[in-house]
Amino acid sequence: MGKRIGLEVSLSAAEAVKMANVDCIAAYPITPQTHIVEHLSELVNNGELDAEFIPVESEHSAMSVCAGVSAVGARAFTCTSSQGLALMNEIVHIVASMRLPMVMILANRSMSAPISIWNDHTDVMSIRDCGWIQVFANNGQETFDHVLFGYRVGESPNVMLPVMVHIDGFILTHVIEPLEFWEEEQVKKYLPDFKPLYPLHPDRPVTMGGLGGPAIFSEVKVSQDEALIHSKGEIISAWKELGDIVGRYYNPVETYKSEDAETIFITQGSFGETVSLVVDALRDEGEPVGLIMDRLWRPFPFEEFREAVRNATNLIVIDRAISYGGQGGPLAIDIRSVLYKEKTQPTVTNFICGLGSRDVTIDDFKNIYRRAMEKVKQRPREEDFEYYGIRGK
Amino acid sequence: MTLTLPWNRGERKLAKTKTDLTWQEVEIGGIVSTAGNAAEYKTGDWRSLRPVWDTKRCVKCGVCYIFCPDAAIYETDEGFFEADLYYCKGCGICAHECPTQAITMVEEEE
Repeated sequence: MGKRIGLEVSLSAAEAVKMANVDCIAAYPITPQTHIVEHLSELVNNGELDAEFIPVESEHSAMSVCAGVSAVGARAFTCTSSQGLALMNEIVHIVASMRLPMVMILANRSMSAPISIWNDHTDVMSIRDCGWIQVFANNGQETFDHVLFGYRVGESPNVMLPVMVHIDGFILTHVIEPLEFWEEEQVKKYLPDFKPLYPLHPDRPVTMGGLGGPAIFSEVKVSQDEALIHSKGEIISAWKELGDIVGRYYNPVETYKSEDAETIFITQGSFGETVSLVVDALRDEGEPVGLIMDRLWRPFPFEEFREAVRNATNLIVIDRAISYGGQGGPLAIDIRSVLYKEKTQPTVTNFICGLGSRDVTIDDFKNIYRRAMEKVKQRPREEDFEYYGIRGK
Repeated sequence: MTLTLPWNRGERKLAKTKTDLTWQEVEIGGIVSTAGNAAEYKTGDWRSLRPVWDTKRCVKCGVCYIFCPDAAIYETDEGFFEADLYYCKGCGICAHECPTQAITMVEEEE
């Protein structure tokens, strides 16, 4: 086992990138991702990591550099947040379509306006359909593990896709948490060298990112979607192997006391750890509640969700983002799709909260639970959702 | 002045055209894994006007050949010039540049 130490989550994420032995880091600092980039630049400067550190002039360039790095068959890393992600948006889509593996940590932060440097998942949802494999890490250890997992899965010859690791800005990035580093031997065993299928090389010229007219475009896009859908098998086996090596097993959906629960909270990101305490507290009060944490966001784990909610009567979906003018939060929309054809359906209540890092405490979640139990009796319509804790609402 | 064909028009090898490929058959990431196959792309499909040479006016100067942006004009055995309609997009630059107005752009009717 690796040594257990206390370290800021951003720094431990950077240390994981070092352990993955990346060849190039191209990133532009933006709050709250900054400490990751700063620490990586220190590691490269001090000679602890033999990699190119390219201080680009924008996030658009950061992702463009990573595209080139991955295209020649080298290992690329970048990270960003919010507006930075918005600026690199064009290339985020392109690297997935061109099937260029890399890992990006998205330190989740609100999209402006008003300007907010704080946390929610509106940046995540802005690129929900970009074609990357996307996972949520709920704490520092999971962040560390999922950097290595990201390269392992993304570079798999059956997958060849970029991987995005979501961590809540500030709530995770700026806290010091206990975690275990991996041993070098464990990394070697888990993460083989990157062997691209078609590296850009003069000996075997290829064209990447060419024109795709109406006669071929749809077939290329469907092959991309099939690759993402079928990456789930590789994702699950990579988690299994990770567990066999370091003893921490991950799943597409993580459950906590949900098997015998009548009412189940469903969360994404660091809310999960808070709600697990809420579940304990409510169980002490005799309430039959449980928790499901969505770890795999894309490809969306439909089967796993159906299985996990099979015995539930009520679901309380917690969203940390708005789908403006839509049917509640983005997570709730997918959960309702999961249930659409099921014969016996649990009720779904949806609460949007924690925007721009507004605290949602254990007591708040207890209020949400009680409010949900009231709403269930009123038989809410499918598109029903509620903002929690909004003054005047 | 000796002008030669830019490529051999006779042999275009394509096992399957792009319109036949299924989603399982396209290359990963839509890459083009062989070099130089832009020559297989029939840009002539884009054409709505076709250049026609009047050999009575043509002085065989080769200005059309030089200006053609797609290198789609070749010299005939008699020393006149013709467009390779597999590639000619019908842009009309040849007709515009011809010093003796020997080239007319004619509407494609099919």
